Amino acid sequence: MIIDYVGVKEINGSLVVMDGVKGVSNEEIVDIKLENGTVRQGRVVQIDGERIVVQVFEGTRGISLKNTRTRLTGHPMEMPLSPEIMGRVLDGAGRPIDGLGEIFPVKKENINGTPINPVSRVYPRNYINTGISSIDTLMTLIRGQKLPIFSGSGMSHNDLAVQIVRQAKISGADSSNFGVVFAAMGVQKDVAEYFRKSFEESGVLSRVVMLLNLSNDPIIERTLTPRCALTIAEYLAFELDMHILVIMTDMTSYAEALREFSSSKGEIPGRKGYPGYLYSDLASLYERAGMVKGRSGSVTQIPILTMPNDDITHPIPDLTGYITEGQIVLDRSLQGQGLYPPVNVLPSLSRLMKDGIGEGYTRADHQPLANQLFASYAKVIDARALASVIGEEELSPIDKKYIEFGRLFEERFINQGFTENRSIEQSLDLGWELLCTLPRAELDRVDDAVLDIYYKG
Amino acid sequence: MNNNVIYGVNGPVVTVKDTDSFEMMEMVHVGEQSLVGEVIGITDKLTTIQVYEETTGLKPGDPVTGTGAPMNVLLGPGIIDNIFDGIERPLKAIEEHTGAFIGRGAKVTSLDTEKRWTVTMKVKVGDRLEGGQIYATLPETPIIEHRVMLRPNLSGEVVEVKPDGEYTVFDTVAVIRDDNGEQHELTLCQQWPIRTSRPVKERLAPTVPLITGQRIMDTLFPIAKGGTAAIPGGFGTGKTMNQHQLAKWCDADIIVYVGCGERGNEMSQVLSEFSELIDPKSNRPMTDRTVLIANTSNMPVAAREASIYTGITLAEYYRDMGYHVAMMADSTSRWAEALREISGRLEEMPAEEGFPAYLPSRLAEFYERGGRAAVLSGGEGSVTLIGAVSPQGSDFSEPVTQNTKRFTRVFWALDKALAYARHYPAINWIDSYSEYFKDLDPWFKENLGEDFVEYRNRISALLQEESSLMEIVKLIGADVLPDDQKLVIETARVIRVGFLQQNAFHAEDTYVPLEKQKRMMQVILHLHGKAKEVVAREIPISKLIGLGLFDKLTKMKYDIPNNRLEMFDDYIAEIDEKLGELLQ
Repeated sequence: MIIDYVGVKEINGSLVVMDGVKGVSNEEIVDIKLENGTVRQGRVVQIDGERIVVQVFEGTRGISLKNTRTRLTGHPMEMPLSPEIMGRVLDGAGRPIDGLGEIFPVKKENINGTPINPVSRVYPRNYINTGISSIDTLMTLIRGQKLPIFSGSGMSHNDLAVQIVRQAKISGADSSNFGVVFAAMGVQKDVAEYFRKSFEESGVLSRVVMLLNLSNDPIIERTLTPRCALTIAEYLAFELDMHILVIMTDMTSYAEALREFSSSKGEIPGRKGYPGYLYSDLASLYERAGMVKGRSGSVTQIPILTMPNDDITHPIPDLTGYITEGQIVLDRSLQGQGLYPPVNVLPSLSRLMKDGIGEGYTRADHQPLANQLFASYAKVIDARALASVIGEEELSPIDKKYIEFGRLFEERFINQGFTENRSIEQSLDLGWELLCTLPRAELDRVDDAVLDIYYKG
Repeated sequence: MNNNVIYGVNGPVVTVKDTDSFEMMEMVHVGEQSLVGEVIGITDKLTTIQVYEETTGLKPGDPVTGTGAPMNVLLGPGIIDNIFDGIERPLKAIEEHTGAFIGRGAKVTSLDTEKRWTVTMKVKVGDRLEGGQIYATLPETPIIEHRVMLRPNLSGEVVEVKPDGEYTVFDTVAVIRDDNGEQHELTLCQQWPIRTSRPVKERLAPTVPLITGQRIMDTLFPIAKGGTAAIPGGFGTGKTMNQHQLAKWCDADIIVYVGCGERGNEMSQVLSEFSELIDPKSNRPMTDRTVLIANTSNMPVAAREASIYTGITLAEYYRDMGYHVAMMADSTSRWAEALREISGRLEEMPAEEGFPAYLPSRLAEFYERGGRAAVLSGGEGSVTLIGAVSPQGSDFSEPVTQNTKRFTRVFWALDKALAYARHYPAINWIDSYSEYFKDLDPWFKENLGEDFVEYRNRISALLQEESSLMEIVKLIGADVLPDDQKLVIETARVIRVGFLQQNAFHAEDTYVPLEKQKRMMQVILHLHGKAKEVVAREIPISKLIGLGLFDKLTKMKYDIPNNRLEMFDDYIAEIDEKLGELLQ
C-alpha cells in the first residue's frame, strides 16, 4: 500500500519536518510532489517516533505547509550503475543532464558505500607517472592513493589537475581500462566547461564521467555529489577492473554545504561552525580510495580544495591532511613569480611514496635524492630569511650558494610547461644537476656510494 | 523479556521510549540485523543507545534487545597475531562473511572457537585458587606463552581438573567451588567489561626504561615501562611513523597497536610490514607479539570511541599474565572527536571547541590504566601507553593536546619545520620533555655507567645553547659570532644531523642499542672538548672544520655497524691525533 502524506509541519532551510509518518527507515529517500507537478527528492535524516526530518535536495523554495504530497520510496539513496555510464554528464545527484536519456541500470548501489575492510586492502605500491618533476620526484603519486591539492582562489590548481589527467601513466592501465570520474561541487560554469574542454582536447572525454553541481545548484545536492562520484568509481574499479582517477573540486564548497545543512538542523557546531562530525564525514569520502584483494582495479583520488585565506590550519585543509596520504600545496608567492605549477615542496608530501619508488619502481637513487632536495631547499628558506634581514651581500659564501641553488631549483625544477611531460629519469637527473651546484659536503642526506655515482661537482 | 522497539534515529544514536529494562552502559542488539550498540543515556521517557554500525535502514518499531551485561570483550588465546575492529570483532572473519567491504550485523565470535590449543594444567584438585591466579598455560604463538587466569572477582577450591591436552577456548578444563559452595566451570577464556580497569595487587614505581632503540627517545626523553607518553604533531610530521618504529623496536613483550580513526592504507601497511619484519630478539615475525585493532576513519564512529578501551583491556589482560605490554594509540584525537560527535548528537552542553566537558576526565581515566604493577598472578607486568595526538591546525593549545599533557609524563613534540626539512624523527628537542629522569637515572647509571647520564646532560645543554645562539644568528648571521660560539653551533649540527636524526629505512640505523648511543655521545663530546682547547689557543675554527672530523662524525651512525662498537676507539684516536697536530 502506498501512502501519500499531505503537507509538512515545519520548514527550516533545506529541511522539512513531517508528522504522523509510519514505517519510515533511516536514510530513506522520499519523493515530494508539489502542486505544480514538480517532484523533488529528499532524504530522511532524523526520526523521532512518527516525526521525521527530511532533507530536500533541490531546496525548499516553493514548499508551503500544505502544498506537498510526500511518498516514501522504501530504499536509501541509490545510484544506478552500468558500463554505459562512461562518457556521460550527470548532475550533482547523479541524474543525466546531457540529454542522452536515462542510465539503464545493471545494478544499483547505496551511495554511502560501505567501508573497505582493512585486511582486504592491498597496500598501494605502484607509482603513477604524472610527468611533472616536482610531483614525481618529491611527492610521488601512488596508484590507490588519495593525494589532495591544497590551493587558494585564483591559483592554477585546475591547470595542474588537467595536466595530471592528461599525462598520468598508471602502470597496468591503458586506454581500455583507464577512466576519470570528475565531480564538480560548487564550481563555476566556466571552470566546469574548462575541464570538459580539456578532457576533450586530450582525447579522454569518452572515458570521463562528469558530475556537475555548479555554484548556483542546490547545496544539499552538493553533499551527494562526491558520494555519487565515488560510488561510480568503486563500481568501475572493483566490478569492471578499471583504474579510476577521481578528481573532486572544490572540497571547500562541499564542507560549506555540510555546515549549512548542519546549522539548519540545529546541530552543535565544532570548530568555525563546521559540524563536529566533519572529520568522519570527510573520511567517509577520502577513505573510499584504494585497492582491494582479488580485484585488479584501483581508485585514486585527487581532491582539490581552496584554502580560505590561504590558511592551511583552517579546519577543511587541516582535517583533510589528517585523512589523506599527503598533500600537494600550491603557493601564492611562487604563482606570483610566474612559476607553474606553483608547488610549495616543503609542506607537500606523499606518505605512500617511500614504498612505491626506488629500485624496481623508479630508480635506486630516488629516495636519497628526494631527501636531499627537501633538506637543501629548507636551508634555502633559512638563507633567504637571513638575507632579508642582513642583505644578500652580507651572507656567507655557502649561504650565497644556497640562494643560487634555490633560484635554479624554482626556475628549472619546479617550473615547467603546461604541456611539458618529463620522464622520471629526466626529473631525477635534473635534480642531481641542481644539487651539484652545492659543495659535496653539504649533501648530508645521501650515502657516499650514491654520491660517487651522481655527484659531479 | 520486554519488547523494546526503536523510537527515533539520529545518525549513530538510537532512542527507545518508555522502558526501564536497560542498564547504563549495557550492550544491546538493535534492529533486524542485531547491530551492536551500547546504552549511553537513560531518562524515564527515553533510553539513548549508540550503535557501533551504520544505521541506514533502521526503522521505528525495529526490535532492541538487551544483553544484561556491559560492553565487554572476550579474553583468551588467539588474541595475538589477530586484527580486530573497535569492538573486538576479528576483521579476517568478517572478510569471510561479507567480502572486501564490511557488511553489517556480521555474527562472528572474537576468538577462533575451532582451534585446539595444547594446554598444560597448572593446578590439581584440592588447590585453592584466588582471583587472577594461573590455572593453565598454552603456547599462543612460538614466543608468547598464554597464561590462563581465574577471573579477578572469583576464588575457590579446585574440585575437578581435566588432563593436559588439546582444548578449544570454550572447553571446560577445570571446575572450582567458591566460598558459597557454588561450582564454576573454567574455560580458556573470560569476559571483561572494557570500561573497567582490571585489578592488580600493587602499583609499582616506573624504574625501568622502555628501550626503543631510537636515540632521541632513549637518551634525551626516555620513557619508563609502565609510563605514559604523548606524541603530538600536525599532519605529515611523522606521528604514525614514530608509532610504527616504537611498535617494531621497543623491548616490550607484547604490542597492542590501536589504529583509531586513521587511514585504511596505513593499517594494511602495518599488516604487511609486521608480518615480514623479523624481531631480532626472538627471530620470529613481529606479528607473533602484536595485536592490531583497526577502526579506520570511515568505520562507525561509536566503535572508534570504544576501540581505545578495547585496546587497553587487551593490554591489561596480558599485563596480568606478567608481561610488559606497550600500547600505541594512533590517534587519541580521533577518539576525542568521536566523543565530541556522540556528545553533539546527545545535544550535551559543549565545553571548549565543542568537546564535551568530560573530555579531561575520560583522558585521565584512560592514561591511569597504564602503569607498572605487581600482578595478581604473581610477578610483575606493565602497560606503557603511547598516544599520538593530532592537534587541530598544529596548534598545541587545543583541548586534546593540553589535557593529554596533564596526564602523560613524556611529551615528544613533533615539529613541522623539522618535518619540512625531512629531519626525522621530527621531535623538537626544545619543546619535548620527560619526567622520568629521576625514576630512571639509577637504572641508566647501573647498566650503562655514571657517564651516560652525564653525556646526556651535556648534549642537551649544548642543544639549549645552540637554540639561543640561533636567535642571534637569525638576526645577524653566523659570521659575526666569536669562534667558541661557532664551535657550539658546529657541534650542535653534528648532534642534530649525526645523532638526533635517525633513518628508519636504514638497516643499521633503524634500531640502535643503548651502548652505541652512549659511545656516539662520547665521541661527539670528546671532539667538542678537544676542539674547545684548539679554539682557546686562537687557532681559527675554519682550520678545525677543514679537518673533516665534524663531517665524519655526522656519518658515524652509518659507518659504524651496531655490532662493531670498538671502532669508536679509532675515532677517538683520530680526533686526538689530528687535533694534537693542530695544537702543535
